[in-house]
Amino acid sequence: MRIFLKRLAGMLVVLVGVVLLLFIMLRIIPGSPVTTLLGERASQQVIDRMTEELGLNDPLFMQFLRYVGNALHGDFGTSYKLNRPVSALIMSAFPNTVRLSIFAALFAWGVGIIAGIISAICKNQQRFRLLSSLIDRLFMGGALVGVSMPVFMTCLFLQYFLAYRVQLFPLSGFDQPLSVVLPAIALGWNSAGTVARMTRSSLLEVMQADYISTARAKGRGSAGIILCHALKNSMLPVVTMMALQISSMLSGAVITETVFGINGIGRLAVTAIQSRDMPLLQGTVIFTTILVMLGNLAADTLYSVLDPRIRREG
Amino acid sequence: MEMKEQVREPDFVLEIRHLRSSFFTRRGEVPAVNDVTIQVPRGKIIGIVGESGCGKSMTAKSVMGLLKYPGRVVSGEILLEGRDIAGMKERELRKICGNEITMIFQEPMTSLNPVIKVGKQVSEALLLHHRELSRAQAREQAIEMFRKVGINEPEKRYDCYPHELSGGLRQRVMIAMAMVCRPKLLIADEPTTALDVTIEAQILKLMKQLRDEIGMSIIIITHNLGVVAELCDYVYVMYAGKIMEQAETFELFDHTAHPYTKGLMDSIPRIGSNAEHLHTIPGVVPNLLHLPKGCLFSNRCPYADDRCRQERPELYQVSQQHCARCFLLEKTGEEAEAHG
Repeated sequence: MRIFLKRLAGMLVVLVGVVLLLFIMLRIIPGSPVTTLLGERASQQVIDRMTEELGLNDPLFMQFLRYVGNALHGDFGTSYKLNRPVSALIMSAFPNTVRLSIFAALFAWGVGIIAGIISAICKNQQRFRLLSSLIDRLFMGGALVGVSMPVFMTCLFLQYFLAYRVQLFPLSGFDQPLSVVLPAIALGWNSAGTVARMTRSSLLEVMQADYISTARAKGRGSAGIILCHALKNSMLPVVTMMALQISSMLSGAVITETVFGINGIGRLAVTAIQSRDMPLLQGTVIFTTILVMLGNLAADTLYSVLDPRIRREG
Repeated sequence: MEMKEQVREPDFVLEIRHLRSSFFTRRGEVPAVNDVTIQVPRGKIIGIVGESGCGKSMTAKSVMGLLKYPGRVVSGEILLEGRDIAGMKERELRKICGNEITMIFQEPMTSLNPVIKVGKQVSEALLLHHRELSRAQAREQAIEMFRKVGINEPEKRYDCYPHELSGGLRQRVMIAMAMVCRPKLLIADEPTTALDVTIEAQILKLMKQLRDEIGMSIIIITHNLGVVAELCDYVYVMYAGKIMEQAETFELFDHTAHPYTKGLMDSIPRIGSNAEHLHTIPGVVPNLLHLPKGCLFSNRCPYADDRCRQERPELYQVSQQHCARCFLLEKTGEEAEAHG
């Protein structure tokens, strides 16, 4: 419990740091939100009034304190561009992003782990050499494609082949039940590739361990050895990997949501950047940060569930 | 001399007949176990001695079906109470391993699964072979076995993970795991090599005691002649995949016949001997890919002559229950003893 509280406090510090950094960066980059909002031809008077209204003339420090103070009350400001409260915008986009991420993660980790296990088994066994090495290569090839292809390329390929040529899935949007499939695959493929390769190599390594011989000598069959003895051990590095992937998936969501026209946090962030919409951008970044941190916390917890050597230390 | 007269019971738990196991590498076949015949009488402790890489662990792994690719059993029979288990299917063999034959390994530090509670690992062996047991019953029996192998506070230790136990305790857990199904044969592959001397003595004593209690046979694989002297009834000396000498323990120590066994004995450092140097056997174990044409030991043997380098010797009877693979023993037993 103490460790958990410690982690929570650490997360809070990180969050404040992220907000501060973002706050400063948004204000030192060239271009002002006011000119973006009003257009190049607006008169100086209007610009000045707008700047005053948005409180952009106050010292940076004051702006920051005011922002944090409001944020603590749940008020993240109003979007300049969309003219709606940021918290409402995020709340409407949040379920979509979460749905997309969960499906992407399910695809990535489910398919990745299973493909990794099958590959490792194929690699390790002596009967049906040709077939099993073919399967192994097939999976590892698929993993390589996933790892090396940029997310937007994957998106476009999937849209072209599975939504346009073969009309299996909706091309874009997020209103039909099946519309989550393509974006989830596009977003998850990269991670699936990494997870598959990692699972495979980790499992192959674990299968050489002495305790696997012990299990075999005990009379465990091959399936029992993999499921009861090898898998848990081989998952340790994979779980670490997964924790790192949570953040890369959320950043991938920015692209995927844009390409597939999904109203999610990522697309909100893109809109905010294009229009120098500082409150909206701050809101989305804070929100994403929290998601990433929670994901990492979950991974760490899972890690200590898997490995008793970590559990009782620290 | 009483030992010699004693006729061995023909009741063998395990009989290995002309076993050959090889690794098939790109550079050719590596005969790690080369025509090995071993008999394990019921209730006896058999030792297999030899240097690293002489094929003793390979012999054990052949019995357990644990050879890893590219190694496999090429020919020969492994008879467990008359049933040939060498030709058995994997599925059949798994029912026997861990139940009728069990094995403990050299490295207690790495032979237990680090993420599973040790007690669970022990009761797993029970549950695998005795489906009728409930988890609670298996736990009960595992704890009972923990008590038997001298683990203090067995209930508490049951829920420990391997990393929370010392090396000696882990080896006790391994022994408990091997004993919990009350096997007919226990194969111990260098069970005390990784432990310090006081723990070693305890573990050996424990194994002997359990043998007496349960009445199983034990094969001990070791490079330590001290362990052999302490524990074994009968000894096989292996070299480069072949049995070089076999005898009852006292006979082997008193009337060493084979030059290789002699070399092994002389290599034991002794307190009080004034030797300035530790005795060693010159040379190295021959490369199994390119075995010498003659006797496998001929390149290191102080007695080797031309014939030894040209022909392979058979196992010659030295006395009853004592054989050695050396031309020096071809003639009469007396002559052999003069050399030994």
